[in-house]
Parts: sequence; C-alpha cells; structure tokens
Amino acid sequence: MADLDTFRSETRAWLEANCPEEMRQPARDEEDVYWGGRRATFKNDAQKSWFEACVAKGYTVPAWPKAYGGAGLDPAQAKVLREEMSRINARPPLSSFGIWMLGPALLHFGTEEQKTHYLTQIARGEIRWCQGYSEPGSGSDLVSLQTFGEDKGDHWVVNGQKVWTSYADHADWIFCLVRTDKSNKYQGITFMLFDMESPGVSTKPILLISGNSPFCETFFDDVKVPKDQFVGEVNRGWDVAKYLLGHEREMISGAGGGDRTAAIGAAMLRHSGELDPMLRAELAMFDVDALAYSAMGEKFLDEIKVGKAHPAQPNMMKYAGTELNKRRHELMMSAGGSRSLEWDSEETGGGKPSRGWLRTKANSIEGGTSEVMLNVISKRILDLPGS
Amino acid sequence: MPLYHNEDQAMLADSASQFMAEEGAINKQLRHWRDRDCKDGFGHELWKQFGEMGFTGILVPEEDGGLGMGHVEAGIVLEEIGRNLTPSPFLTSSVLAATALGQGSNDLRARYLPGLVAGESVFAVAIDEGAKHRPERIKTRAEKSGNGFRLSGKKDFVIHGASADMIVVAARTSGADDDAEGVTLFAVPKDAAGLNQDAVRLVDSSMATHIVLDNVELDGDAVIGEVDGGREILNRMLNAGRIGAAAEGAGVARGAMDMTIDYLKQRKQFGKLIGEFQALQHRASHLYSEVEIARAVVIKAQQLLDADAPSAELMVSVAKAKVSKVAGLAVREGVQMHGGIGMTDEYDIGLYMKRDRALQEFLGDAYYHAERVAQISGY
Repeated sequence: MADLDTFRSETRAWLEANCPEEMRQPARDEEDVYWGGRRATFKNDAQKSWFEACVAKGYTVPAWPKAYGGAGLDPAQAKVLREEMSRINARPPLSSFGIWMLGPALLHFGTEEQKTHYLTQIARGEIRWCQGYSEPGSGSDLVSLQTFGEDKGDHWVVNGQKVWTSYADHADWIFCLVRTDKSNKYQGITFMLFDMESPGVSTKPILLISGNSPFCETFFDDVKVPKDQFVGEVNRGWDVAKYLLGHEREMISGAGGGDRTAAIGAAMLRHSGELDPMLRAELAMFDVDALAYSAMGEKFLDEIKVGKAHPAQPNMMKYAGTELNKRRHELMMSAGGSRSLEWDSEETGGGKPSRGWLRTKANSIEGGTSEVMLNVISKRILDLPGS
Repeated sequence: MPLYHNEDQAMLADSASQFMAEEGAINKQLRHWRDRDCKDGFGHELWKQFGEMGFTGILVPEEDGGLGMGHVEAGIVLEEIGRNLTPSPFLTSSVLAATALGQGSNDLRARYLPGLVAGESVFAVAIDEGAKHRPERIKTRAEKSGNGFRLSGKKDFVIHGASADMIVVAARTSGADDDAEGVTLFAVPKDAAGLNQDAVRLVDSSMATHIVLDNVELDGDAVIGEVDGGREILNRMLNAGRIGAAAEGAGVARGAMDMTIDYLKQRKQFGKLIGEFQALQHRASHLYSEVEIARAVVIKAQQLLDADAPSAELMVSVAKAKVSKVAGLAVREGVQMHGGIGMTDEYDIGLYMKRDRALQEFLGDAYYHAERVAQISGY
C-alpha cells in the first residue's frame, strides 16, 4: 500500500510536469485525437509534447513490458495511473487499434521477434493499424469469410474484399483474417499482417447515415504477403480472432458506460432549461439503469483482475452497455428538441447531437450484434440446450 | 474496495446459503406456516436458529452483544432469504429496528438488543401512513404529557406488527406534517394502552397491521435519540432497510431466474427442450444480464453505506429502484416461461412473484426511488 501511495504521488507530480493544460480537456473533434502512423501530423505543440512525454515514459501502453515500449506497470499501478489521468481529465496520448487489438493478440500469440518489432512500433505510434475482419457476405457469421490467400511457396497471393474497416484509408498496416484452407471452416483461416501500401490494396470510404465516413471497403487484388507475416499458426487464425473479439467487446462495453458521467438527467436539465414531466421520468429511469450499469462495470473490472469473472461475461457487458448507450442518445435527442435536429449549424458543432445519435445505432451491431451476444450468453453462461 | 466478497464474507455467504436452503426452504417454512394459517407468518424456532447462527446481531455493535458487521454482511443473509423465500422478522428486527436502536440510549439498547440477538424478540417499524411510502410526511403526533408523551395517529403496512414485542414509531413532536425537522422516534412496547392493531395477511402470506395510536402514553425513556432529532435516525434506518430490501429482492430475482432456467432445460414441447428456442434464449439471457447488474449495484450501495460515503444515499435509491424493476422482470418471465404450471399454487414460481410484489412496495417502489434519484441528482 505504501508503495502504491508513493507511486500515486510520483505519478501525480509527473502528470503535473508533463501533461499540458490543453490536453486536460475532452477531445472536441477528430483532430484532437492523435492516432499516430506514417502520415500523422500533430494538431499543435501541446499534443506533440504530451505524446512524446508519454512515449518516453512508456505511458502510451503503461501495462505492456518495458522491452516492448511499455512502462511495465502492474494492474494496481495501472489503475492508479488511470485514476490520476482521469482526475485531471488527461486525454489519451495515443489512440490506436494497435494498442487496443493487435497488441493484446501479439502479447498472447506473438513470437519474441514479432513482439519486439511490432509492439515497439505500436507503442511509439509509428504505424497505424486497421482491422480486416468483416466481409460483404460475412457479418455476424464471420467464420464464413471468403477472402483467399493462395499459397505460392514463400508468399501468399491474397484476393477478396473486406468491409467496415475502420479508418482503412488512414492506416499503414492491416491485421486481416484470410482463408488459407477452403476445406476447413474454422481451422482454415490465417491471421495475416501486411502493409496497406502493398500493390493491389485499395480502399473506399463508406458514407454512413451520420454523414461521416469512419469505415471503408477494402479491396485486395493479387496482394503478395510474405509467408512469415502471420500471428499464431497458419490455419489457426480463428483462435486469435476469437481472443481478440473478447478484447473488443470489453473495450466497447467500457465505452458504453461505466463512468461517472453515466447519469444524464441533471445535464439535460441544465442544457434544456426545463424538462417535460414524462421525459424527466424517463430520464430518472435511465439514470437508475446507467448508474447501476456503472457499478456493474466497476465490479466486472474488479472480478477480471482476480479471475472471478465468467469468461463470457464481456458479452453480457457489451450487450447491456451498447443498448444503454443507444437509449442515452435517444433521450438526449428528445431533451434537445428541434435544436438537436440541426445537421451543420455552428451551435451544434456541425450536428454533433444528431450525428452522434445515429452513430450509436452501430454500437449494438459492430463487434458482435446484441442478438449474437445473447446467443453467446445462452450457450456459454446459461448452458441452454442446442444453441 | 473491490466489488466482491472478501474471504470472511464468502464464508458467511456459504454458511447462510446452506442454512437457508436447509432450514429456511420453501416447504419447511413458507408453505408450512401459510398452509396452517399462522398468525405470525414465520416460525419462532427458525428465528431462534437465526440467533444461534449469529445472523440476528449482524448489525448490532459488539458492545451490545452483536457482531458489529455491516450492510454487506446483512445483505448476504438477505439475499439467501430472498432466494429461498424464507419468512422471518430479520429485515424489520435485525436491520430496521436494530439500526434505530443502535442510535438509542444505553437503557434502550440494554432493554431490547439482548432479546434480538438471542432470536427471542421480534421488532417492527411503523413509518408509512397510507398505502404509499411517503416518509417525508409524518402526521402522527406525539404531544408532551407529564414526563412523557402521548401518541395519536394511524400507521399502515407495519410488517410483523402483531408479532412484535416492540414497534419503532416515527411521530411528529413539532412542526407541520411535511417538515423535515420535528420528527421523533419512539420504542413502543406491544402492550402499550391505546395501541390498536388490525392484522391483515398480504399477498405473499406475510402479516402486516394497520395501527391506530389512540392516546398511547409513553415514558420519556421510550424516545430513541433526541426529541425532534429523529429525522436523521429515520433516514439511517430507511437506508439500511432499503438496501436490505434490495438485497432480498436480488435474491428473489436470482431464485426465480435459476428456477426458470432449470425449467427451460427440462420441459419438452414440439419434440424439443423449450430452452432450444431462440425466442426464450434471448429473453433468458437478457434477464441474466439485468440480474447481474442489479446485484452489482446492491453490493456497491452496501459498501458505500458501510463506508458512510456521501453518495450512499443516491446509490441506495438506485439499487432499490433497479432491483424492483429487475426482480419484477424475473418473476414475470418466470411465470410466463413456466406456462400453465406457473399459474398453479403447487409450483413455487408463483410464490416468487408474490414475494417480489410485496418487497417492491416495501420502503418505496421503483417509481418512488427513481424520483428520489432525480431529486438527489438535481433535476
């Protein structure tokens, strides 16, 4: 305990010295989020100096080993750092699918050489990654994916199409599920890594109902991938994907709630000046659910740390958290009235309420639909028959 | 503090779970007393066993002969009570009255707490006036009379009132009906002259009374805490009782859910186990998710209350509201998924539905507590 207290005061002092004032407020637009990568530019000096200080300290990936660019913090220390950062509203220095998704997969399945190479690049924000999973014909039924890598001795030749690739048009490399054995559904997929600048890779942004295009279609036309660029074993990429989906669900469930801004009633009153009685009642019922869910989020993290959580519990968190977030935005739209309908006015920051509301509709689709989450709970937690 | 039970609490949970499943089982207690039209609605033998197990004194300070534990521990016993629908005066005596008495004089504590700890005394609390829980308004009057007080008024929904050796009564010693101040709590003995109780059986087979206080004369030493200073003790008592009722409700929800999921794995229709049907799987999984969330907010609120945290008040209301909604869902889905057999008295799922309904109402339903969440949050 004494050690933790020391760590807390050291961390506090370090943050005080290294986190610029501008980085202590929530991101207001996409440029406020730093994603790293070959083509990245900093919005301002504050963003740059905060990022560089964190890289030097290992705080872009605090819980990763020092050898791979992390700070080697144990779970208790990592929690202290999170708490201290949240206390001053410090922004994450680096947002990255490498940190959230590929990193955990490499830490679990990667060779020593891969860890040293790729993890260090991720920690330093040198390479921006994207994820190639879904295909036009393979959404919830992901394992039916058709993108094919033909074995050519020292390399594969990959052909096919991915969809819903987040920020593929900004990414440097892709981690990608590719079928390498057509005769084996589950054990015929390889988890490949390749450069998005490889000849034959092209991307096309998808315009969403929110008017934004955070996702792309990604096309592979005779893309050569060297045979040493895969994670885990050849034809066993599904194991890696399943492991990663668990991580993604944890991440999304964390984003859907579990924070101290969970309740919205008071903010809606401040925002609108007054609340209709029935809306106020709905907000109160929502706040009950939201505050209860944030207790669940806290309990879930506590239990994960000591291995008490059911392995399929992230599915339940993802289900409940995303459904809650959709409800939150429905109520925010109602509380905002006609003002929240504005699509590009300055007052709404370019239609933030309405675009944000539409964006949440994907929460319960991406990373496994709510219906798939319920299937998983039925099968793995409740042990219901025949599912 | 992590939101799961520590080693000691896990041990208590094990012994409470085993005890309640064996001694507090539905056939042995709830059905047994109900079918005999018992005027108490619970068994005094079982209450003594509660004493032997140490449950009765969980919230009683050690210097008064109790265990001096907290709301997490009381909640462990209550969740098992809920799962097994075990009828007992635990919530009214060992949680509500014990919390009030803990703020009382040495004399009051010495008079009442040993009997409680031994599982010999039964206590009740008289708060509500009318069919809905509105403790902000207290009309019952206590006028100065010699060295003591004279109480007049009406109280409703007094659980175990007719079985109680003593009833904690919230009355007004000054101010208007809706004033926060001017409330005093009294320990009213069962044989006090002018204390008239009309006992009624409730839907869940528990017993409650309507009370008429007709110039009930009490000595000054019946006052719990300070004259006019009862609101704070009342709030303390309400927080304890509400989180207790929420813990029991979470147990009811779990009991109903477990029973229903077992049934989905046994019942066959159309040549299949009905648990194979996705329409039922999704509803069962949604219910599981809600029950998990309800249990999480219950332990969160218990810990906050034990730590005397400022946010405890808010989270107790969140917990009571959430559990009321979720346990309601659990019993409704339970009866529906059991089909025809769920409507029969012979099958236990209906007993869960009845108990849940009474627990939802006790110390404020989901609507009352959601309203409170809005007020505490500032809207």
